[in-house]
Amino acid sequence: MLNLSQIRNDFPILHQQIQGKPLIYFDNAATSQKPQAVIDVLNNYYQKINSNVHRGVHTLAERSTTAFEATREAVRKFVNAKTIEEIIYTKGTTEGINLVASSYGKKFLTKGDEIIISTMEHHSNIVPWQMLCEEKDLVLKVIPINDDGDLIWEEFEKLLSPKTKIVAVTHVSNALGTINPVKKITELAHQVGAVVLLDGAQASPHFEIDVQDLDCDFYVFSGHKIYAPTGIGILYGKKAILEQMPPYLGGGEMIKEVTFEKTTYNDLPFKFEAGTPNIADVVALKTAIDYIHSVGKTNIAQHEHNLLTFATDSLKTIKGLKIIGQAKNKASVISFIVDGAHHMDIGMMLDANGIAVRTGNHCTMPLMKRFGITGTARASFAMYNSIEEVEFFVKKLDEIVQQIR
Amino acid sequence: MKLFSKFAKIMKINEIQDEIIEEFALFDNKNDTYNYIIELGKKLVFMPENYKIEQNLIKGCQSRVWLFPELHEDKIQFFADSDSTIVKGIISLLVRVLDQQYPADILTADLYFIDKIGLQSMLSMNRSNGLLAMIKQIKMYALAFESVQK
Repeated sequence: MLNLSQIRNDFPILHQQIQGKPLIYFDNAATSQKPQAVIDVLNNYYQKINSNVHRGVHTLAERSTTAFEATREAVRKFVNAKTIEEIIYTKGTTEGINLVASSYGKKFLTKGDEIIISTMEHHSNIVPWQMLCEEKDLVLKVIPINDDGDLIWEEFEKLLSPKTKIVAVTHVSNALGTINPVKKITELAHQVGAVVLLDGAQASPHFEIDVQDLDCDFYVFSGHKIYAPTGIGILYGKKAILEQMPPYLGGGEMIKEVTFEKTTYNDLPFKFEAGTPNIADVVALKTAIDYIHSVGKTNIAQHEHNLLTFATDSLKTIKGLKIIGQAKNKASVISFIVDGAHHMDIGMMLDANGIAVRTGNHCTMPLMKRFGITGTARASFAMYNSIEEVEFFVKKLDEIVQQIR
Repeated sequence: MKLFSKFAKIMKINEIQDEIIEEFALFDNKNDTYNYIIELGKKLVFMPENYKIEQNLIKGCQSRVWLFPELHEDKIQFFADSDSTIVKGIISLLVRVLDQQYPADILTADLYFIDKIGLQSMLSMNRSNGLLAMIKQIKMYALAFESVQK
């Protein structure tokens, strides 16, 4: 059990009125709010520590470098990677995917090779692969899903072949909430010699991630969805693979020796971290991870599961409401449409009552097309949300739907 | 669609705008404002189905918006619809102000009522772009009709 009132006290942003009503924040799949500890660390960093990392000999440089590298170790533990060299700092999930597509894709893929993604991918796990396919004349294949929002396993098996070089799928769907069987996917992909990239943007806030157990080759996620600041993300990659990959960006930090004739590159992880990094947000990422550990990932998962179950049952009482995404295994995301009420109208009316949800296509246009809809309204829960908030949300939604119809 | 035309015939664009501003002054919160817009949206007469085609669709809105003009006795009549009731309400306000007006008057119209009733702030950036797209489209039609008349 987690101490909800204690947790809510840790998030200052929650304690405000929106449109004269207490804020109910259900847009956590877009970004999570930040605990006071994270905000304080950012402040403290700029007030007392700020200095560039890895280069200076002075005390501040040493402090900032120590804090910066302490996060790497915290992230290593967070995903249970073998070594810190496997943890690369990025801007976020999107950059992580682009880095792999660009660096690994350019070096190892050749004409006619195939990349497999799924119907439920976020645009950020579609477009980088499409760009790569266009550039190198590759084939993009897509695993279909069923009406519940589960991958169709037999179809995935059929797509796999010795031509498959990369399988890139999401761990959890941002629009449907589906938790994909990524360990099994990885196992099968490895059997045909493909490497596997898992998009962990939506999984990382909710449950334990163990990259060694999953055996995936790449795992990417964003700090801002796990209670850390925006602008910092993680690419995990197996050391043996990262070592073979060429750098993604050229510049300072990523080099060993530069002459005008030839430059040799730095070791992992610095080879992929050209330029001055986002130091303050990296430092705050450790605080966010520590905060998650202090609450306990099992506790968070249990609490969010309770919210999801309660919300799912309550929403079903609203006439004409249909939940999009009814997979057996789901993270705390509920997408829905309502007969006779456009999702945007629902979102605006909820906002007028202090409730923040997401509306639209959720950067998953092909997925919306699969369901024959233009968008949904989506409520997504985090550790600080309460059953009372869900109750109020469902009651208001019921009223709003009747007003709109 | 001719819902407000009997007013429009005797009222100038700015007179209608002022009337709308007065109506909206009654509301002091978003909930009431939206509810009123929803009621207006429900009253917007449905656009004939054969007008709801790709080429009448305005790009740049989170909802789908169709707009089609016709010229009658030198004045423009607008047909419009949306799958969002709130957007329909907003369109009905635009139509109420600009329907049955001369193209030249529409082209030069300063639509100050949008700011005054807080329509801009009501619609967050990506959606207000949609609102701007609607106004731009209306003015484009006015421009086209005006050049034909000349």
